[in-house]
Amino acid sequence: MLKKRIIPCLDIKNGRTVKGISFVNLRDAGDPVELARAYAEQSADELVFLDISATDEGRKTFTPLVKKIAEAINIPFTVGGGISTREDVSMLISSGADKVSVNTAAILNPSLITGLADEFGSQCVVVAIDARLVDGRWVVCTHGGKRITTLSAVTWAHEAERLGAGEILLTSVNRDGTGEGFSLDITSAVCNSVNIPVIASGGAGSPEHFREVFAETGCTAALAATLFHYGIIRIPDLKKYLSENNIETRC
Amino acid sequence: MIAILKYNSGNTMSVQVALRRLGHESVVTSDPEILRKADRVIIPGVGEARSAMSSLRERGLDSLILTLKQPVLGICLGLQLMCSRSEENNTECLGIFDTIVRRFPSDERVPHMGWNNFKSLSCAPLLKGLKKDDDLYYVHSYYADPVDDTTAVCNYILPFSAAMQRNNFYAVQFHPEKSAEAGAQLLKNFLEL
Repeated sequence: MLKKRIIPCLDIKNGRTVKGISFVNLRDAGDPVELARAYAEQSADELVFLDISATDEGRKTFTPLVKKIAEAINIPFTVGGGISTREDVSMLISSGADKVSVNTAAILNPSLITGLADEFGSQCVVVAIDARLVDGRWVVCTHGGKRITTLSAVTWAHEAERLGAGEILLTSVNRDGTGEGFSLDITSAVCNSVNIPVIASGGAGSPEHFREVFAETGCTAALAATLFHYGIIRIPDLKKYLSENNIETRC
Repeated sequence: MIAILKYNSGNTMSVQVALRRLGHESVVTSDPEILRKADRVIIPGVGEARSAMSSLRERGLDSLILTLKQPVLGICLGLQLMCSRSEENNTECLGIFDTIVRRFPSDERVPHMGWNNFKSLSCAPLLKGLKKDDDLYYVHSYYADPVDDTTAVCNYILPFSAAMQRNNFYAVQFHPEKSAEAGAQLLKNFLEL
């Protein structure tokens, strides 16, 4: 049986992890490689690394970092953040990333998705959608959730699939960082509109939130950051809880 | 020496670093001489069947592969290329395994992406030490119908070949290089054949 996936997300700035990390036994919690290794050992199913460097200097540190991560961990990982050209993708994939996630650049230039899928295969093209509830309508945001568009999140997910995306990473901007739980309505609506896997993101605050999103929507993976970084939930404990509630994950 | 086949399809680096974690160096090559002399040959694969097959044919690697006598391991697309034909752009493949590669039904969630277990059909040496609860990482939209050469079956929508073997040719649909300890065990088994 295909298991539901638990995916920690690490924000990377200038080659270092940001956000507080409370892992025990880490010599350097700011070192993404060491943190990645710790998550892999805790049975994380995949990892996502988002480069949030604001400067070109900072960005230059990302590709060599991807290579180090690929050498260190034995589970799949996705990289994203500011990817806009096939050259970016080619460099990241050849450095060992399994998938890349595109967001704003794909909205500005949807043919990017098709180009990447044709060259690298759909399975490595993740389209990240930041969705925000505005006046009762879930619309797509760009530029890290800051700019609101009029594009419906469901329409865009469907279009992204048609263009060749292999997976959707759906983040509820309204819930992100709140710990109030995933936005079940939009997650469900997106899952029902596409036949590719959907990763739910934004709002995880307790094991119950994971159970809920897996039980009540068609998502096949759930992503969280703070929750794991601060050690509020340990992945093995979360998986145990899910298994007791009839949601199968990898042990 | 372990040779990883270089053609237009590949997560060659992931395979190479997975072998390094097990303490083995490898070369990524399309040189027929090196491939012939290697102790082990791995055909990795992420990509599309038709362009992968033409890339093999252009370099004469399709016929070379069939003459190899050492253990050969196909991974993911590598397994599919070892079958007789793929529905992916209607491609003639290498024909080592007498089966057809088909696409999962389009009304289901595809690709099959994530961790799934398998059921062993025989005591295949490649699967030694792997238990039925061990999950491995899959990502694919096409699958090989189970046949006599199928040594393990995975279930997603329908049963398909998770592992296959004929003589010195071994193949797995999942990615051992990305499958944590269980995947490392499989690679280790392959190196110890």
